[in-house]
Amino acid sequence: MDTSIANSNLKSEEYFINMGPQHPATHGVLRLLLTIDGEIIKKVEPDLGYIHRSIEKMCERDSYQQIVHLTDRMDYLSSHINNEAVCLTVENALQLEIPDRVKVIRTIIGELTRIASHTLWWGVMGMDVGALTTYFYGFRDRELINDIFEETCGARLTMNYNIPGGLMFDIHPNFVKRVKDFIAHFKTKLPEYDTLLSGNVIFQKRTKGVGILTKEDAISFGASGPVGRGSGYSCDVRKHHPYSALDKVSFKEILRTEGDTFARYQVRVDEMWESMSIIEQLIDNIPEGEYKVATNAVIKLPKGEFYQKVETARGELGVYVVSTGTKNPYRVKFRSPGFSNLSLLNHITVGGKIGDLVATMATLDIVVPDIDR
Amino acid sequence: MKVNKTDFMTNEALQNLITSWIPELEFTEEGSQFLNITVQPEHLHQLMSQLKSNSETNFDYLFCLSGIDWGKELGVVYHLESTTHRHIIVVKVKTEDRDNPTFDTVSNIWLTAEFHEREVFDFFGIKFNNHPNLKRLFLTEDWEGFPLRKDYVDEINMIIK
Repeated sequence: MDTSIANSNLKSEEYFINMGPQHPATHGVLRLLLTIDGEIIKKVEPDLGYIHRSIEKMCERDSYQQIVHLTDRMDYLSSHINNEAVCLTVENALQLEIPDRVKVIRTIIGELTRIASHTLWWGVMGMDVGALTTYFYGFRDRELINDIFEETCGARLTMNYNIPGGLMFDIHPNFVKRVKDFIAHFKTKLPEYDTLLSGNVIFQKRTKGVGILTKEDAISFGASGPVGRGSGYSCDVRKHHPYSALDKVSFKEILRTEGDTFARYQVRVDEMWESMSIIEQLIDNIPEGEYKVATNAVIKLPKGEFYQKVETARGELGVYVVSTGTKNPYRVKFRSPGFSNLSLLNHITVGGKIGDLVATMATLDIVVPDIDR
Repeated sequence: MKVNKTDFMTNEALQNLITSWIPELEFTEEGSQFLNITVQPEHLHQLMSQLKSNSETNFDYLFCLSGIDWGKELGVVYHLESTTHRHIIVVKVKTEDRDNPTFDTVSNIWLTAEFHEREVFDFFGIKFNNHPNLKRLFLTEDWEGFPLRKDYVDEINMIIK
């Protein structure tokens, strides 16, 4: 064998490569400018703005009822929770007393949203690392939740079910039974997720010890959601700043300390069990009562500043409203979880292999419209 | 997570401690659920690094960084939380210089600020001293103006009712 080539000091040099904006693993129109040396990543620079709609600017000309609908189009997989965030901000500012019925229904649908988002993520995560079957498993189960949403909210994805003051309409008579049927079904299916993917040796070798984020860096980068909790950082808004009916239920905050790709993966899978537990605690105890309280047709927030955090499927969403007392907000800022989570991508992938980038990015669970608000 | 309640500082205690560092600050709780500090641009970096490094305050989590155009002034609002003590504080910095608004970066204190400050630069034209990579984030390099400023005009793309 001719070993002269291998032994000669081959020079390598860095070069640039584009990933996206039309790349299946970037899950939307995100472009990454990669600097690589052979297979080793030297730098990852996200190039954003391909679908930026300037929702924050649009909010400044819209009424508070209209703003709710814009938030669907940020993280569309957490649309219900995004809507809830704006409604809570408005309700707190107006000091409206929201009926318990509304709070419980919002929480149940919020947790269903989280399961739907995580099942989709799980399917796509498997697909990103080459296990196409997971995609069909994930979508099969998510479909059942979307059917429940369709029946009660009238839409499957961008639900617009929350309005300031309560809900658009009451739950469908079938709602309770269908949710219970879903939970019974999903309890038999979720263990399959573990046998199919979590326990798979190839999958574990691709994810364990890869893309490590320390707890200290997670806090500094403003990581939230499963990305932060995979690094042992207790950041669940549902625990620290409970809203709606979340102070009435008991659930575990899933924490793992490894901080690698597999830890972030496992946090999401385990979180689905906790979401099911929350739904089970509430579904038989939906209080009777009104499904909304009346608000003025034109909502004017008092002069001042209002901030509300919620836990979407991706992490901490913050709504910051500055009001001058008119029917439009003076300034709205959405602190989106995906934006902060994406900012740490460079940090955790530099020095690793380009093939690991896709797996690592999949566990950041990026939804691009959430970043390009 | 178990939070040690004794480490939580009330707004009054926070105000007393922070005033002892920099006396010129303005504090208010009016019209906000948090304690608000308005800081002069020259004291911004000193205040921020002390808020993070002091063990009593320990504001290690910058959870929101927003640019705001108040009409006459441009400014940045920082929302800070301590993940150990769980108190929250809001810091505001303002300037009347609309042609060349500049503040010190806090990206060397909280890494998340690097992206958030780029967003503020992109939409408000506020510059940050010592920022490692200050350039447009969402808009193209040749974009004219700063869209989230109140005096921005775009007759083609903006629909005003």
